[in-house]
Amino acid sequence: MTATLLLQDLTARARATAHARSPACPCGAATLADRPDGTVVRHADTVAKAHPPDTDSTELTSRLTVAASHPGILLAPLVPTPVDLHGRLVTFWPYGAPVDPEAPDAAPWEAAAALLARLHRTPAPRALPAMRGPAKAARAVARLREAGPHPAAAPVRRAWGTLPAWARAGAPMPDTTTMCHGDLHLGQLVRHPAPEGPWLLIDVDDLGVGVPAWDLARPAAWYACGLLPPDDWGRFLAAYREAGGPAVPADGDPWPVLDVPARALTVQTAARAVVKAAAAGRPLDEVERSVVDACDRMAAVPPHS
Amino acid sequence: MQCPKCHAPMHTYNRNGVQIEQCSGCRGIFLDYGELESLTRLEAQWSQGAPPPPPAPQAYPAHPAPAWGAPHGGHGHHGHHRHKSFGHMLFSS
Repeated sequence: MTATLLLQDLTARARATAHARSPACPCGAATLADRPDGTVVRHADTVAKAHPPDTDSTELTSRLTVAASHPGILLAPLVPTPVDLHGRLVTFWPYGAPVDPEAPDAAPWEAAAALLARLHRTPAPRALPAMRGPAKAARAVARLREAGPHPAAAPVRRAWGTLPAWARAGAPMPDTTTMCHGDLHLGQLVRHPAPEGPWLLIDVDDLGVGVPAWDLARPAAWYACGLLPPDDWGRFLAAYREAGGPAVPADGDPWPVLDVPARALTVQTAARAVVKAAAAGRPLDEVERSVVDACDRMAAVPPHS
Repeated sequence: MQCPKCHAPMHTYNRNGVQIEQCSGCRGIFLDYGELESLTRLEAQWSQGAPPPPPAPQAYPAHPAPAWGAPHGGHGHHGHHRHKSFGHMLFSS
């Protein structure tokens, strides 16, 4: 199967599903994302997503069930189970309006924090697989290794080596009951119905049980690396606490809990940045250097746990 | 030396000839005997004839940061202008 054929048929499926929902469709399809590991196509108010080739059908179905049964937290799928298209699992979703990538300063930090707090407080269904955050970090580091030698690779790998096994997907996580999103960033929030509906979390591919601090750790890492202004981080953390989120203590220093996941996500971000820069044959930019520099400092102060 | 509050290593800086130790973890500041007086003296010289200075920034920031964090307490060197590359990072895995 070629990627073109998948995209063609995915576009056709999105159109058919959209037309089934609304026969008077004004038409006009758009590819939202076309990456080797996943393709997302929009047709009017319908989005079709082809999941990465190695996606497990049973696991994805149980993740879809969570999305379908918590409509105030997660965007609910249009179809409760994935369908097979050229050997790829495909899911269908209503379109939601994303955070404007040109205006990240308008990021809904409070809404994101409140949604996470609610997700973390929701009892997980039995048989929900583990949250895949540590596995994704491990994959990013594996790709860094495959990319060959690079001057910035050594500090990233050293920082990775100081992390406890659970954060490197080498052992079960210390929490196996809390429901987590697993891959929070600003692309994982949409307003549904668009454009003025409430904010919801999307993308259940990494959702599962695990250490809930992982979901706070990306903004925490950005803040620690000097990228996210302290006020934005403060708003996010305060809103999470206000909503009764269980990942961090209700007051006092949250870093004893955030430290390991924030280190892991800094390593993941740095590994991806180095691979990307090496593939493009360009030097690291200022932002990419700041995450690699943070990895360099980590080795001098290893985590406590 | 180690920070008495959070036990992260402290680094020495020179401010107008006054040695101060700042913690790499909580950003707290340690002053040796007589150094506070030296700073006060310097401040008085600086503000003579000038309008009253704005309130001093907090020695302990409102938001703690880890010991491996960026120097200068998570403020970043990017100011209010958000770097394009960071804008992209905010939206990717």
